[in-house]
Amino acid sequence: MIFLQGRAWKFSDNIDTDVIIPYKYKARSIDPKELAEHCMEGIDPEFSKKVKKGDFIVAGRNFGCGSSREQAPVAIKACGISAVIAESFARIFYRNAINIGLPAIICKDISKEIDEGDLIEVDLSEGIVKNLSTGKVMKANRQPEFLERMLKAGGLIEYYKKFRKFPWE
Amino acid sequence: MQHMNTVSKDFQDKVLADQGLTFSEKILSLKRSDKPGKVALVNDIIVAKVDLAMAHDGTAPLAIKVLEELGIKKIWDSKKVILHIDHTYPASSEQIANFHSIMRKFAIAQGCHIQEGNICHQYMLEKFVVPGMLIIGADSHTTTQGSLGAFATGVGSTEMASIWASGKIWLKVPESIRVVFNGKLPKGVYAKDLILFTIGKISSEGANYKTIEFTGNVVKEFSIDSRATLCNMTTEAGAKAGIVEMDNITEEYLMSLGREPMIEVHAGKEAIYDKILEEDVEDMEPYVALPHSVDNVKAVGEVEGIPIDQAFLGSCTNARLEDLMITAKMLKGRKVKEGVRLIVTPASKSVYKYALKNEIADILMEAGASITSPTCGACVGTHCGVLGAGEVCISSSNRNFIGRMGSRDSKVYLASPATVIASAIKGAIADPRNYLR
Repeated sequence: MIFLQGRAWKFSDNIDTDVIIPYKYKARSIDPKELAEHCMEGIDPEFSKKVKKGDFIVAGRNFGCGSSREQAPVAIKACGISAVIAESFARIFYRNAINIGLPAIICKDISKEIDEGDLIEVDLSEGIVKNLSTGKVMKANRQPEFLERMLKAGGLIEYYKKFRKFPWE
Repeated sequence: MQHMNTVSKDFQDKVLADQGLTFSEKILSLKRSDKPGKVALVNDIIVAKVDLAMAHDGTAPLAIKVLEELGIKKIWDSKKVILHIDHTYPASSEQIANFHSIMRKFAIAQGCHIQEGNICHQYMLEKFVVPGMLIIGADSHTTTQGSLGAFATGVGSTEMASIWASGKIWLKVPESIRVVFNGKLPKGVYAKDLILFTIGKISSEGANYKTIEFTGNVVKEFSIDSRATLCNMTTEAGAKAGIVEMDNITEEYLMSLGREPMIEVHAGKEAIYDKILEEDVEDMEPYVALPHSVDNVKAVGEVEGIPIDQAFLGSCTNARLEDLMITAKMLKGRKVKEGVRLIVTPASKSVYKYALKNEIADILMEAGASITSPTCGACVGTHCGVLGAGEVCISSSNRNFIGRMGSRDSKVYLASPATVIASAIKGAIADPRNYLR
């Protein structure tokens, strides 16, 4: 069982990759630490300073829309966020997040059930999201089994290093 | 037409003739390697063989690093991997120059293709893409390449490294939306207006995970340049792919470049769609997407008169030959408004060369435009047209998110090349229909 616990940082619908990490930073660096400093800069330039290790991003629909830049989930992970919980994800962001070992959890109505600062607990193995501040328990969408295996290993690189094959092979 | 080696000729013929399958189901049925000879239906998760795998200077350096971390020394097929140095080309800083060097060294070591100074999707259309291919690009606008009847979609860097290693990708077979444009296209209205209208209608998540198939007499009469604009911006509605099926215009385009289709795929007449949008284009107008989302679309009349600092004609959406020709016709004998800068970035060297040889470049420069070498620079806010705080730009590109083209206090309005040029002349957002000749 993998349990994650932390506070919620709330964002709206349609958070795009340009506000998560502007191209100007990702063009000049692939260093996660440097990317993390500018995470969510388009919305809140102070975000990376405020976030604590283990916190969650909680968002509405279509999180991560826009570009294919993997630096978006990399920046989020590197600034300490343990998972992104959203009502839906844009497709490339979703694939990228799982590939780099950042849980992208789809949970219906999550925006309504969680306020900024609420304490959240996520049971990754069972796909359960608990709002410890209100006691509300929610069920997340299940992912295909091979993606769960990849996430459990810590991402695509770690999975391949361990098993010498890709999870879908 | 080739026969796909992975499946029997009988299976290929059966799939292509099946009237109940969408374009995506057909092509992915023929490409799947997990269960060859089994039809791939909507929502099936399959593993497919990739025909071309491309990345650029925004995504390749990380993919190269991941490939090293995986301990993989040799890519699966050097003929099928294409690297593009286009996003910040020529390099604008030492750090970026170093990334470019990493790519050049990798291409030499692996023996794969590399090109510099052409926008990747335009270069792919000019040199590589043929109907029936499965193309994966480490760039969200890879959908552009569906304009030649291929299935083309974007991924990130780590996933690209896994494709370079194995030649394969997992895909969920997408549902499809069919968009039918019929009627007579009014003057001053272009493919860009049709796709902005569509995104405004279905929203920026309206096609999430889905394929958009375009058809109708308007699309059938469109050039490959216009079709590329349509497919390019399907990404802005969240689509996995945008498709215009192969027809005689595709064939002529390929023939002029000396290429032949791999497989000719047509959607079945009884295929099931998530949605069918039938639009009569006769009442369509020039449209503009307002800051800061691409589905914030209004008719140009509603935003006319908003003063601009910069007009940008460029990007993988709209900087092809057709766009430059429209532009030159409008600009001939006119001047860009004083105090406004018009930046034109042709999509490829071949487009640029044509513009130089055929007086297009002359007309643009007479009018006061600055022409840059082909790059993605201004559109992604790295160089050649970055916006400062408080500045307003009308752009032929594809995204108007906060900070996309520079300062987080700048504003980007998206429109067709014609609307961009009309606005450059007026110094404020303007209706192109008043400037046509």
